[in-house]
Amino acid sequence: MSMSSSMALATVGGSRSDALSLNGTEDQYVSFTVGTEEYGVNILAVREIRGWTPESRLPNLPDYVRGVINLRGIIIPIFDLRARFGGGKTEVTKRHVVVVIQVGERTRGILVDAISDILAIGPDAIKPPPDVDSGLIDAEYLSGLYTAENRMVTLLNVDKLFANEHGDHQDPVDSRAIAANAATP
Amino acid sequence: MDDLSRFKQTYFDESAELMAVAEAGLLRLSPGDVDMDEVNAIFRAVHSIKGGAGAFGFSELVAFSHEFETVMDELRNGAIPVTTDLIDTLIRANDLLGQLLGCAGDEIDPPPGLTDDTVAALRHALAANRTGDPPQPVAESAAPPASATPDDEDDEAGIFGDALAAIHAARADDDPPGTGSGTADRVRWTIRFRPKSDLLLSGNEPAYMLRALRRLGEADIHCHLDDLPALADLDAELLHLSWTITLTADASVGRDRIDDVFEFVADDCDLQISADAPLPAVVEPSAPAASAAPPPPARTEPSAVPGPPAAQTTTTPATTSPATAKSDGAKTDGPAKPRSGNSGGDHGGLTTHTIRVDLDKIDRLVNMVGEMVITQAMIAEHLRDLPPGQFQELQEGLEQLAQHTRELRESVMSIRAQPVSSVFSRMPRLVRECATMTGKEVLLATSGENTEVDKTVVENLVDPLTHMIRNSIDHGLEGPEERERIGKPRAGTVHLSAQHRSGRIVIEVTDDGRGINRAKVLSKAIEKGLVQPGASLTDEEIDNLIFLPGFSTADQVSNLSGRGVGMDVVRRNISALGGRIGVYSTPGEGSRFVLSLPLTLAVLDGMVISVGEERFVLPLTNIVESLRPKPVDLHGLVNKCDVMMARGEYVRLVYLHRLFGIPKAVDDATRGLVVLVETEDGSRLGLVVDEVLGQQQVVIKSLESNFRRLDGVAAATILGDGRVALILDVAGLREMSRHSGDSDRARPTATPTPALAGPSPRQRQTV
Amino acid sequence: MEPRVKKKVLTVDDSRTMRDMVSFTLRGAGYEVVEAADGQAAMTAIAASKVDLVITDLNMPVMDGLTLIRKLRAIPAHRSLPILMLTTEADDSKKAEGRAAGATGWIVKPFNPDKLISVVQKVCG
Repeated sequence: MSMSSSMALATVGGSRSDALSLNGTEDQYVSFTVGTEEYGVNILAVREIRGWTPESRLPNLPDYVRGVINLRGIIIPIFDLRARFGGGKTEVTKRHVVVVIQVGERTRGILVDAISDILAIGPDAIKPPPDVDSGLIDAEYLSGLYTAENRMVTLLNVDKLFANEHGDHQDPVDSRAIAANAATP
Repeated sequence: MDDLSRFKQTYFDESAELMAVAEAGLLRLSPGDVDMDEVNAIFRAVHSIKGGAGAFGFSELVAFSHEFETVMDELRNGAIPVTTDLIDTLIRANDLLGQLLGCAGDEIDPPPGLTDDTVAALRHALAANRTGDPPQPVAESAAPPASATPDDEDDEAGIFGDALAAIHAARADDDPPGTGSGTADRVRWTIRFRPKSDLLLSGNEPAYMLRALRRLGEADIHCHLDDLPALADLDAELLHLSWTITLTADASVGRDRIDDVFEFVADDCDLQISADAPLPAVVEPSAPAASAAPPPPARTEPSAVPGPPAAQTTTTPATTSPATAKSDGAKTDGPAKPRSGNSGGDHGGLTTHTIRVDLDKIDRLVNMVGEMVITQAMIAEHLRDLPPGQFQELQEGLEQLAQHTRELRESVMSIRAQPVSSVFSRMPRLVRECATMTGKEVLLATSGENTEVDKTVVENLVDPLTHMIRNSIDHGLEGPEERERIGKPRAGTVHLSAQHRSGRIVIEVTDDGRGINRAKVLSKAIEKGLVQPGASLTDEEIDNLIFLPGFSTADQVSNLSGRGVGMDVVRRNISALGGRIGVYSTPGEGSRFVLSLPLTLAVLDGMVISVGEERFVLPLTNIVESLRPKPVDLHGLVNKCDVMMARGEYVRLVYLHRLFGIPKAVDDATRGLVVLVETEDGSRLGLVVDEVLGQQQVVIKSLESNFRRLDGVAAATILGDGRVALILDVAGLREMSRHSGDSDRARPTATPTPALAGPSPRQRQTV
Repeated sequence: MEPRVKKKVLTVDDSRTMRDMVSFTLRGAGYEVVEAADGQAAMTAIAASKVDLVITDLNMPVMDGLTLIRKLRAIPAHRSLPILMLTTEADDSKKAEGRAAGATGWIVKPFNPDKLISVVQKVCG
């Protein structure tokens, strides 16, 4: 049962996304803050934004995997963006916000400090991140930088950000293993 | 009035704060250096003071703050320059604002002419920068400026204090006016309302407007569907409907009240409003609708579900509800089908007893029932916190609810139930293929194929059954010649059966082959190090060695079943579903594999345990008992792990908090509890936990659909407080504890207890 | 008519007095009311819980009412969320500006509680 109500931000995919961009070329981004930094994700990936609710922890995982919560009957993992970027585990308060992201079939929540804006960003306004070659920044999950007034907004590629926590790791005790093996002549 | 004084206090407190803000801002203001944020803040402070003053009817305050605000507005727009004189004037104005607030607070009239000089100065400041706009005489300021008090006549009465009682009245005023006043003259209005198609995008909702009309009198609402496109062309965000409303209202309801309903959409619709002649007074107040309304249609609430055009044509217009294309129903539902009651006649007595239902719909239903189980657990949890003995009815009500929920769950689950025949029917082909490949003759017999089980269980039966049947044909059955030689029919028989037994489904695969070659299995197990040489095992224990991980009888590998996927994988898959498997074999006569599974994979009987601040669920099927050991029961084993004597056997202790890294947990088994669990291969473990919280039916939720599989975790569930708890995988925990540096089992030789075939009632002790 | 399921109204105003009055009036009429002191706070409140109606002041610090309306309308899920602007400016230019930004309607301050309730009923039932 969902403990706090929340609201769908965008219907992901489907025909509504066409109607979404206001002038065709601009994409909408939801931006949020973690400490003094501001990040943005494409609004099409954002399923909803909800207040923080306590999560249940999962054993033996890095600290940026905070645990799982019950999102209206489905279980979704919550990732701590601050911890993911090496800033330590977030000391949560009721004011913290979880951005629920849908990537493919998977839904996950990202814990951030606060929602700051909805931005319409054209492709020309996105600048590449500097020094991606130096290895200082893992460019995989950065899709670019955007300047909103005088703030820098780091646009995230949500598909890549928690790719290593995908469930695609093959389990030897999978029933598919039986079928696959049994089918081999 | 208490309410009013409460608001006044808030207002005066807030105004005092705002004045301080404004004063500080004004004092910082200097001609050369204008901080626009500061100017804006001052403007807002004055603006807020004015707004509140208007609400309470402090007219002097409204009039003066309006003058003040106007100058601040011009200032922030850059229309007039900041001068030292102006700053002085503004500071004086702010002081005056404070005096006026004080007067209002004391409910006294301010001294006449108090503000005149300052108002003049403020206007002068405005006029100074405008040509041909001479300052108006100060005397006019006594009347509130037009823009400060709206000109609508009903807003004249908009003084908050005067109307507080109306709030309460409004609550009681649920009945549409007009129904009660039988003797008044009534007027019939005809309203044509054709909104533009994008009306919904401004947040306006025709259904609510129609409802607002209903509040004015008797409304007969006729919805026009002519412009409704075909379903395929329907844009759910656009509106294609229009309405004609016949409103019969008291004569006191003026045209303005009707206009008011459409106030926000006046530019977004075609609206025609016309009044018929006043109706004669209604004599019988008891039946105003019947006498006043034209053909009395059945009236429905403005529901928001337009059917597709085809369906609507069969509906008489008079009963059509006003509808909007915006409804969820229009988005999610397909074409409305005629009700079975109507269509029954078309079939001329042919009644059907089944309907086809989309699987998604059933899944949604199952999910909702799952949510209900959780909600109910939540209520029960809260109820436990209430003082006992009280709230008797609530308690009883909840018990009834629990009963109904259980029945509902069973009913819903039975909808999803499918006969196992859908799996059984695939087997003849498999048997034929296997027979061909092995050169054996095989007869397949099935029974109980109508046994029903949840569809997810059915889906999960295919792989293990396939494997077991292959195994029986490959390893169990002899070739036809050999069979003939030993006096058996040439064709071997594989019998596949299903039945319900104690709330589980039991599936058996029986063959009349040679049975398990125990000597060979045992020597293989010894060779693999699974069993110590010289161990004495019962026949049954030897048979069940074939389910041990790593057991693969290499020289038995044949074309069919060998391929490295042993029976251990079958067992692990089945145990992952909460099932059990065992084998019974008689040399020379055949083998019987017995597989049992819960009837549904949607719910599980579990024991909720706590470790630190975390809670977990252990499947009841794994639990033997839980106990609190005495210090004398515990022993260290070669400094590697703790073992405990339980029921005459040593079992290894596994500290869940160590395995999962949970802080703040009980580390001393004698202070916590040991839950004695048994894995599917019969080996036992003692799980050290903090507390056992109780037995509970839980809804199984996937962790993998949005995340991934975790060691030691079978799935997840949602407890009564809405929090997630992990369902533990006992076999996985054992594996983890082996790898985490603990020693191997306490017992040097594997002495698996007889494998479980079907449900075996076990003693349980809940502490 | 008492709403069957309590509708949730968000009142956005930097004036505590105004928020108080709107809250009191609407709670009395059977609505649930949540409050925010500026547009930014309103965005967060809307993100955190589903609201059925927004009543917003125009002049506010941090984020003003018109910006709030535009931002909400840019979000697909809020395209048809009823938004009323509460304002002392009775002039048409503010109304027109509000409508262009996507406001559903307006309420003129000072408001009569009955009028507030009837307008609220008109746009969110």
